[in-house]
Amino acid sequence: MSNEDWPLYEVFIRAKSGLSHRHAGSVHAADDEMALDHARDVYTRRNEGVSIWVVKSSHIVASDPCESSAFFEPAQDKIYRHPTFYKLPDGVENI
Amino acid sequence: MYTQGLDQKPAQKDTSKAIEAPEDIARFQAHVDAEEKIEPKDWMPAAYRRTLIRQIAQHAHSEIIGMQPEGNWLTRAPTLRRKSILLAKIQDEAGHGLYLYSAAETLGVSREEMVNQLLAGTAKYSSIFNYPTLTWADIGAIGWLVDGAAIMNQIPLCRCSYGPYSRAMIRICKEESFHQRQGYEIMVELCRGSDEQKQMAQDALNRWWWPSLMMFGPSDAESKHSAQSMAWKIKRFSNDELRQKFVDVTVPQARFIGLTVPDDDLEYDESSGHFRYGEIDWQEFMDVLAGNGQCNRERMRTRREAHSNGAWVREAAQAYAAKKSARAAA
Repeated sequence: MSNEDWPLYEVFIRAKSGLSHRHAGSVHAADDEMALDHARDVYTRRNEGVSIWVVKSSHIVASDPCESSAFFEPAQDKIYRHPTFYKLPDGVENI
Repeated sequence: MYTQGLDQKPAQKDTSKAIEAPEDIARFQAHVDAEEKIEPKDWMPAAYRRTLIRQIAQHAHSEIIGMQPEGNWLTRAPTLRRKSILLAKIQDEAGHGLYLYSAAETLGVSREEMVNQLLAGTAKYSSIFNYPTLTWADIGAIGWLVDGAAIMNQIPLCRCSYGPYSRAMIRICKEESFHQRQGYEIMVELCRGSDEQKQMAQDALNRWWWPSLMMFGPSDAESKHSAQSMAWKIKRFSNDELRQKFVDVTVPQARFIGLTVPDDDLEYDESSGHFRYGEIDWQEFMDVLAGNGQCNRERMRTRREAHSNGAWVREAAQAYAAKKSARAAA
């Protein structure tokens, strides 16, 4: 039997209903089911969550920080997407 | 993101001993100086990466070995309440080790590599765990003093420049506070008990006080890595500053329950507002670090045995996972 590390899983936890899942850390596990058990034991010993997602780290596709300025550049000059861009006359209400 | 897989490219670039471009170094340092976090895929100097891997791995190993001195009293805890608390604390130590191993893995080192270094004895762990736990009061003293010293060290690490380490430390610090309080509570109860119980508490303080002060590491004059770690904002305070803070908060806690800190030179200095403490026996520290403390060999033997005794469980889990995925594919 191979002595290699079990695959790495990223752990995402929903702290309470109504909130989105948030990255908490990672665990190694032999399979998906064990990854959930390990994530529970490692990251929710004090009721930190009501729901856990685990996903194999190798399945995550991430943007490259070295390229981030070019990658996010298209949004940079579009300040008209923000409400504060618009000047409205004084006295107008509820807008 | 905590993934090791995502991090392989920069790790390879760094280990190839490529010359680091001055503009990369300058950009990195500016980032750090602006109190922005460094994340796994960001460019970082190879030496920063190495320093963090060493420090985080040592920290993780300390949590793992740190389960042993306390585990010694698990079956002999005086009440079910104490036993449940101690068990929860030891489980936390395992959890802390795992948070930290994950954080180190984001820097491109594998879990297996770190575990093997610990088992081979080539990686260090905190010298404090090479002292024996002789009485139940030692469990109190460890929580109060050892975890107290650890908290002093760890709170500034929550602001460490490396994101995954900083996030792991935030989680750990939240949990450590319970560790320290349960320890002090044990000491309080012993001090309110019979003369023998109070004596037991005093004896534990006598044995754990100086090793706890040593936990902060060599004095600033002797500390090898401090200046660079401060510039990289891995470290925020010097060893001596943290040690002084620990003494200042802990001495009144000892006096509050009628215990005497075992230091004849200890005195309060009105002008500075700090307690002056006596000379630390650095020879003892160096001896323990070199592997010649009272329990170094026992700790390593226990860790190796636990690892090899668990081999069949790891193999079985892997075989089961392989069988299940083969069935699913069929």
